[in-house]
Amino acid sequence: MTRLMVDARSVRKTFGSNEVLKGINLTVEQGQVLVLLGPSGSGKSTFLRCINHLETINGGRIYVDGDLMGYRQAGDVLHEMKPSAIAAQRRHIGMVFQRFNLFPHLTALENVIEAPIGVNRESAAAAKARGIKLLERVGLGDKFNHYPSQLSGGQQQRVAIARALAMEPKLMLFDEPTSALDPELVGDVLNVMRDLAKEGMTMIVVTHEMGFAKEVADTVVFMDQGLVVEAGTPEEVLDHPKHERTRAFLNSVL
Amino acid sequence: MNDDDVVAKPLRHPWRWVSGVLLIAALSGIVYSLWSSPSINHNIISKYLFDPKILQGAVLTVVITVVSMLIATILAVILAVMRLSPNPLLKLVSSAFVGFFRGTPLLLQIVFWGYLGIIYPTLTIGIPFTDVVFVHGQTSMLLPSLAAGIIALSLNEAAYAAEIVRAGILSVDGGQKEAAASLGMSGGYTLRRIILPQAMRVIIPPMGNEFISMLKSTALLEVVAVLELYTQATMISAQNLAQVELLVVAGFWYLVMTTILSIPQRQLEKKYGRGFNVSGTTGGRMFGFGNRIKMPRGGTAA
Repeated sequence: MTRLMVDARSVRKTFGSNEVLKGINLTVEQGQVLVLLGPSGSGKSTFLRCINHLETINGGRIYVDGDLMGYRQAGDVLHEMKPSAIAAQRRHIGMVFQRFNLFPHLTALENVIEAPIGVNRESAAAAKARGIKLLERVGLGDKFNHYPSQLSGGQQQRVAIARALAMEPKLMLFDEPTSALDPELVGDVLNVMRDLAKEGMTMIVVTHEMGFAKEVADTVVFMDQGLVVEAGTPEEVLDHPKHERTRAFLNSVL
Repeated sequence: MNDDDVVAKPLRHPWRWVSGVLLIAALSGIVYSLWSSPSINHNIISKYLFDPKILQGAVLTVVITVVSMLIATILAVILAVMRLSPNPLLKLVSSAFVGFFRGTPLLLQIVFWGYLGIIYPTLTIGIPFTDVVFVHGQTSMLLPSLAAGIIALSLNEAAYAAEIVRAGILSVDGGQKEAAASLGMSGGYTLRRIILPQAMRVIIPPMGNEFISMLKSTALLEVVAVLELYTQATMISAQNLAQVELLVVAGFWYLVMTTILSIPQRQLEKKYGRGFNVSGTTGGRMFGFGNRIKMPRGGTAA
């Protein structure tokens, strides 16, 4: 009964002559949380951005819920998709960025309801009602009319999560969601993510928060220099790492 | 009042007073010399200040300015987007357009459009290689000097405004585009709803400049006999030979119009500054700015 939400097959990505991803294979089942660990420059953020085709890949295939991302395969021939088709694919994949990337000219609620109304053609009243519920769910029930510049980093990131959830995604991608936050604001954001995982959301999280990885992740993947070094349960990878490289990394961050 | 309140005599600035008095003296000297000059006839100035022809000219000047500016702004957005598109052909066309219209004098362009009839005595608009013709006639009839003037001003202004719009678009953080893409927004939607509203903040101040510059450039349409303010003034002075007096009249109205047209800029800046002009990133502290931003008390929705 398991459904593969993400199926990445030998994904390669180069920037110029620099090969950032050298053949990544990994799968995420529906409802699972996968945490990506690795030193900076290991390619984990790039890989995340390849999943929703913010970056094009140079080799391999990425399937999200069975759909090939960014391309259409006809027999042996691969066709680039039209931008509108790629946009349609992205609607089902939520993404949360390290630097929030909220729309600064819109209030918290307007940020959340912009895409449901403009992209999904939801009625303004329905989108607003859902948007209010989502903001309440991330603990910002009293901040609807605040602009991003009036919110703390942690609050902004929770608005960003609500904004992504408003599209009712089947997969959520988190790109170092707490790295730009003051330490005392990290907890609120992680709590929201923890609740989301409990409710069965499929998530891929790039993070350095080991506590979160240990508690929430079903699978932890350690990447280095564009390759998956080690993958397994949090106990296997975090507590009993098999590879020297993983051990060195864990020692450096703990 | 506390014991440790700062009670001090304010620092005196005698030179400010001295220079202020000197400035007023110099200004009144200039005004007096103009006023008392025997070559300026004040009766003529007051007679023509509200002359119907002058007022008609002023109205036409505003109409030409607003229409040309509207056309130019629309063209500018299209040119800027073309320039920033990945399509090399669109890029080239946009750069060539900007290069051409910025690279030749406005006066030359006005004369060119005004005398288009010399190059093309008749104009035909239709579908090439078919018998379908939408418009056909004498160029001078189809393109009266007013239309020619508006075309000249719009195209020239579009070239400058395109660079302003492009700078505005480039000023928006790249993360905005990515966030919009991740939400499944199309490129056009992102431009309209996310990028341009933020770019406007950067675009409006220089466009205000362009607007005022355009208002004054309309005077150049005198060479193709468009009956705007400056043409009307020169036509009157050609008859009564009171050139200076009518320049004063025209100058007065140009000043009035540029002053009035500067007001909407402030309103626009306020509108597109929303979300940016609030201070403080870690709390609700803000300076009263406009009435659009209200701090909610409790959980009331927008």
